[in-house]
Amino acid sequence: MKRRSVLQLLAVAVVAPFGVAACSGNDAKASGTVRVTLANHVWTDGIKAAIPEFEKESGLKVELTQLGEDQLSDQYNVKLNAGTDEIDVMMYRPLQEGKSFARNGYLADLTDHVTSDADWDWKDFQSGPVSATTFEKKVVGVPIITEREVLYYRKDLLEAAGIAVPKTMEELEAAAKKISEDNEGVAGFVARTNKSAAVTQFSSFLYSFGGDFMDESGKATVDTPEAKAAYAFYGGLLNKYGPANVSTDMSWPEAMAIFTQGNAAFYTEADSLYQNAMDTAKSKVADSVGFAALPAGPAGSKPYNVPSWGLGINEASKNQDNAWKFIEWATSKTRTLEAQKAGVPGPRASVWANPEGTSTYPKDLAEAITYSAEHGIGHDRPLVIAVGKAREIVGEPIVTAITGGDSAAAATKANEEFAKFLESDK
Amino acid sequence: MSASVKIQQAPRTVAPSRPFSVWANKHRKWLFAAPAMIFVGLLIVFPLVWTVYLSLTDSRGSVRAPADFIGIGNYLTVLSDFDRFWPAVGRTVYFTFTALAVEMVLGMIIALLLWRPFRGEKWVRVAILLPLVATPVAVGMMWRLIFDPNMGFANQMLSWVGIPPQPWLSGQATALPTTIFMDIWQWTPMVVLILLAGLTSLPEETDEAARVDGANAWQRFFLVTLPLLKATVIVAILLRSIDALKTFDILYATKGKGGGSFHEVETLNVYAYGLSFDYNEYGLSSAVLIIFFLIIIGFMWILTRRRKGQD
Repeated sequence: MKRRSVLQLLAVAVVAPFGVAACSGNDAKASGTVRVTLANHVWTDGIKAAIPEFEKESGLKVELTQLGEDQLSDQYNVKLNAGTDEIDVMMYRPLQEGKSFARNGYLADLTDHVTSDADWDWKDFQSGPVSATTFEKKVVGVPIITEREVLYYRKDLLEAAGIAVPKTMEELEAAAKKISEDNEGVAGFVARTNKSAAVTQFSSFLYSFGGDFMDESGKATVDTPEAKAAYAFYGGLLNKYGPANVSTDMSWPEAMAIFTQGNAAFYTEADSLYQNAMDTAKSKVADSVGFAALPAGPAGSKPYNVPSWGLGINEASKNQDNAWKFIEWATSKTRTLEAQKAGVPGPRASVWANPEGTSTYPKDLAEAITYSAEHGIGHDRPLVIAVGKAREIVGEPIVTAITGGDSAAAATKANEEFAKFLESDK
Repeated sequence: MSASVKIQQAPRTVAPSRPFSVWANKHRKWLFAAPAMIFVGLLIVFPLVWTVYLSLTDSRGSVRAPADFIGIGNYLTVLSDFDRFWPAVGRTVYFTFTALAVEMVLGMIIALLLWRPFRGEKWVRVAILLPLVATPVAVGMMWRLIFDPNMGFANQMLSWVGIPPQPWLSGQATALPTTIFMDIWQWTPMVVLILLAGLTSLPEETDEAARVDGANAWQRFFLVTLPLLKATVIVAILLRSIDALKTFDILYATKGKGGGSFHEVETLNVYAYGLSFDYNEYGLSSAVLIIFFLIIIGFMWILTRRRKGQD
């Protein structure tokens, strides 16, 4: 590592209250070793198992670093800020960090690479995900995982209550009410409750009620009547029919745990997490889980349809060509099909068109995904640079509603703050 | 005799041919201190200076992006922030003083109980020290599971004795006291260790003399033991208070970014962390950290002055 980057690294490390053990001292220059940083994910598990194949085919060696989502994000913040050349390939969240990374010049321009190989076929990637990994007309990442919000439900509870799968938000509320009243200790509905984590799942409710975070001119719109109705509805479901002592700390692992322990009838979550509910080792209700498209609100059923993760190349990497070789292999049609069969919804149209691509999915989930892919909205959070702060602002009325507060007033306040934020987010 | 002559001659013959060793010999006190000084310079002084510099700029998004010098603008912004900054200061102080007070009292009681030898003493000491060896993040995760409002063991235990479930970490009012409890659970053993070391080094004669004079246990503790132990107590307070002020791991592990959805456990450290790693506001974050640094320095200054007074 260069002396300059050591100093820069130290400088950045000091803004973190706990030190950052980032300086590994590895000195691989442009070499046969590709250093890949990936998040803990089902997709990563599949790739990890297949890496020996890549090493054999390409003659390159892969050095893998695997981290939890938050740790990954913090590592990037420190290392990329310091201009490290220690990362070649990076798994990142196009909607969360993409804009900020691209703007800061952390992501290499891949436009020439993606168009160079017709067999690999860049045109095969769905347009929504591609737009999320494109910044100012340059391709800066290749999407690997796509997500849509779907409704997870308990077939047995619905059957016992004599209720059909809800098609509208009103039906969902009525069903959640009935089931929670009939079954002591079982919540009618569960979903993410943490202010920031809930924003992405709330977004589909917002769109389905006819709202959005911003209008086309980039003006804050979280105080429109539609948005207020969506806040009140999402938070109200959790407040009235959510788990007893509902906390405002739940992200997907906590909410999923409540559902898979058999303590909730309905759960809205990303489809890419479905294996957690179907895995008999983790889920007590694996046999009775059903999936459906997000129930329709006043504006129809409008779930998000987004690329949750992509692969990019660190601009400072001296090993960009080999890094591209890895990405090309990891996102090839074959690998995408393998990943999708293992439960990771991919971004390639050809894989979705291939019956084999959906062969391992429960039939109802595949149908819900197909519907959502057609009707989905391409973002699940405000498309800004400082996404973390924006999520905190627009998430405020969600927790107000969950705790039984005046969410309409909170939405008005949030909109003022969000408008101010948007002014500064340039 | 001949041996001593040889020893005296050896340096004279070797030294002129090796100027480095002469130089090294002359400057050995600096030479030996150099690694530590380089370490301190690189890891403490440089980052501190850099943080001060950042705090005077509007650096955001990326540290490498061009930033304008804005003087004390960040400090003014931070000090006039009554939504996040001042409540965070309040929580930091509340957390530190409550945890410290309970840990000192509890630590003293346990140390006094362990002072005199008894059967099974070794086992009790090992059991008491166990929380110390766990990493704070693991401790946070463990308690998070125990305090889960729906599936946690804590509420299950309450239900056995007919007490309704408590929100613990998920309640806006209960979250901070719950994290204080975790801190107490983990760090009281350290106070016990320090106090016990102090107690065992006390002369037994004074205690015996007091006993002969007819002083009861309370009198002996407050009039004899405690005054003799004062220096040790202040060391324990110093070490624990600095640690408690800086607490981060258990707060982050239990409540995540922002100290929970309502910033229930957002102390200064958690706030500064969020500013840099979630909001990428490096200038503001640096200003918060510098203010925090000054608070800690001020606190240490007061305590060490008191300690000097004792000495």
